[in-house]
Amino acid sequence: MIAYIARRLLQMIPLVLGVTFLSFAIINLMPGSPVMRLRDNPKIRPEAALMLEKQLGLDQPWPVRYVQWLGDLAHGNLGVSLYNQLPVADRIWAAIPNTLLLAVTSLVIALAIAVPLGIYSAVKHGSAFDRTSSVASVGLYSMPDFWLALLLVILFALKFKEWGLPSLPVGGMTDARGGGDLADRVRHLILPVAALSLVQVGSWSVFFRSSMLETLSQEYIRTARSKGLMERSILYLHAFKNAFLPLITIVGLALPGLLGGALFIETIFAWPGMGRLTYEAVGRRDYTMIMATTLMFSVLTMLSNLIADVLYATLDPRIRLA
Amino acid sequence: MVEAATSRVAGQEPDVEILPATGSGPISASPARTNALGQYADSEAYVGSLDRRSLHKTPGLYTRAWRRFRKNGVAMTALCVLALIVIFVASAGLISTYVTGFTPFENHLADKLKPVMTDGYFLGSDGNGRDILTRLAYGGRVSIMIAILSGLATFFIGGAFGLLAGYAGGPIDAVLMRLVDVLLSIPGLPLLILIASLYSPGPLGLAFVLAAVSWPGIARIIRGQVLELRNREFVDAARSLGASPVRVVLRHVLPNILPLMIVYISLTIPGLILAEAGLSFLGIGVQVPTPSWGNMLGDAQQFFRTNIAGVLIPGLMIYITSLSMNLVGNGLRDALDPKLTD
Repeated sequence: MIAYIARRLLQMIPLVLGVTFLSFAIINLMPGSPVMRLRDNPKIRPEAALMLEKQLGLDQPWPVRYVQWLGDLAHGNLGVSLYNQLPVADRIWAAIPNTLLLAVTSLVIALAIAVPLGIYSAVKHGSAFDRTSSVASVGLYSMPDFWLALLLVILFALKFKEWGLPSLPVGGMTDARGGGDLADRVRHLILPVAALSLVQVGSWSVFFRSSMLETLSQEYIRTARSKGLMERSILYLHAFKNAFLPLITIVGLALPGLLGGALFIETIFAWPGMGRLTYEAVGRRDYTMIMATTLMFSVLTMLSNLIADVLYATLDPRIRLA
Repeated sequence: MVEAATSRVAGQEPDVEILPATGSGPISASPARTNALGQYADSEAYVGSLDRRSLHKTPGLYTRAWRRFRKNGVAMTALCVLALIVIFVASAGLISTYVTGFTPFENHLADKLKPVMTDGYFLGSDGNGRDILTRLAYGGRVSIMIAILSGLATFFIGGAFGLLAGYAGGPIDAVLMRLVDVLLSIPGLPLLILIASLYSPGPLGLAFVLAAVSWPGIARIIRGQVLELRNREFVDAARSLGASPVRVVLRHVLPNILPLMIVYISLTIPGLILAEAGLSFLGIGVQVPTPSWGNMLGDAQQFFRTNIAGVLIPGLMIYITSLSMNLVGNGLRDALDPKLTD
């Protein structure tokens, strides 16, 4: 297992090279540079702009700069922001936990709702409950999450306040004044997590329902029934474990989407995470920051795929990792 | 002799299973031709002097799929809703001239943020005093065109690369699949935002940016299917009869994965609709003043305290379109699933 993980980590290296080369090319093949924008500014002398360009190393051709960037990366140096000359790494390390908090909480809550919903629909399949929840699930995963987020804000922040009900905060992770304790943090998490997880509940409950249905039609379930086992133990001991396995892969594949998809939610709720950082950096043409966030997003994606594979193999002894 | 050989091949039609990315259970792709001659129905040499019509008594896969689809109430309703939306956006010019009397761009600064049904603004006006109903029709035109174009582009790029990688194998396969691996290692949304924001493409360009990000998924799935098919007997047979690789792929492999591709694309389009809307919502997709449902929602966001309708209406259009498309896609999957074959 350890050898397997080590090999997978090694396999990530060429992928990281590919990802960074591609993003470096995309960023730098665009005509113009951050300094070019300064040249249009009448208040800045052209010589000063040229000097800045040289200082930032932007006068070099981009393949040269890519190699330099890689060299810096090998030393653990992600560079300084073109926007404010501060180290990029500081902001990245501050943002990653915030994004993970949002994404992982949403993931756990989505699973906690989707799995029981899927089991119940599969057990009662064809019933009114099953049909309703199937339609509702499609209804949930077709929903644009940024629109859902706005609707939640309008209802729970704006309208609740108007109606004199306890309303929820909609910006940042804590209240600026007197905030910061656990209750305050949880209150700030509720709306963004709701917006992110509800959409996932839709697709995961559909998936888990069909996985459960397929498991329940297997021979060994019939054997368990004919042995006279209690329906409850058939469901939870025999069927659940096997039906759950494919869900791990699906969740592993969805995690990058959750991390990236948090971008809308982070911008709407002013959540200081990776998505908002990327959006901000792209707007400022802050190339070093864009490279750093792209790198981090990709590494998180690869790691989540690896974790899903390892988890699958740990839970299912039939799978041998090779 | 010939008949015996062909019916044996027909009896071993590929029946391949995959998991769709949207994650709603295994689906199967069944062969496009299910008549007595199986994969050889297109070959005159093997049909010989037989009366061709007698061979086509069993309706084809797509005819049967359409019959099943028609019986699916939910999917048919969704298809009708989609048709209504298309009619609505197609008649944007008529709506502008005969119903609202506003062009999508004219702004009346005195009439900012009018509520629904006031002063001739049926759905109210936006923060620049533009008529929302008119912009909804024109914006839908842009949104739906981008969705269709990017869907088609994904279909062709992903399909072509998937077929090429799967059938050619060797170094071509290796290179293409490493590219796919790299592209799939960057979460789609940040990548989209990066490209869309740096290159600020027009609506047409945006469709291709969306396709550029979404083709790797389908390419990988199709490659897997091709790998499974290329060693089947009917493909061997075609090859040993001297069919060129292009012919083998287009006449023998492609028809077998086409149903799967149709289902996959129809379930990808809602995602493309949401992605375009999301980018435009952030202000880096379709650029104002050209309306799209996404940028209308983005514009309305800042006024959500006073003008809730402005947020509700464009979002609802995006939602209804993506929901109907998903329901049609689910209907197609059920209709093309041979496990339900009658």
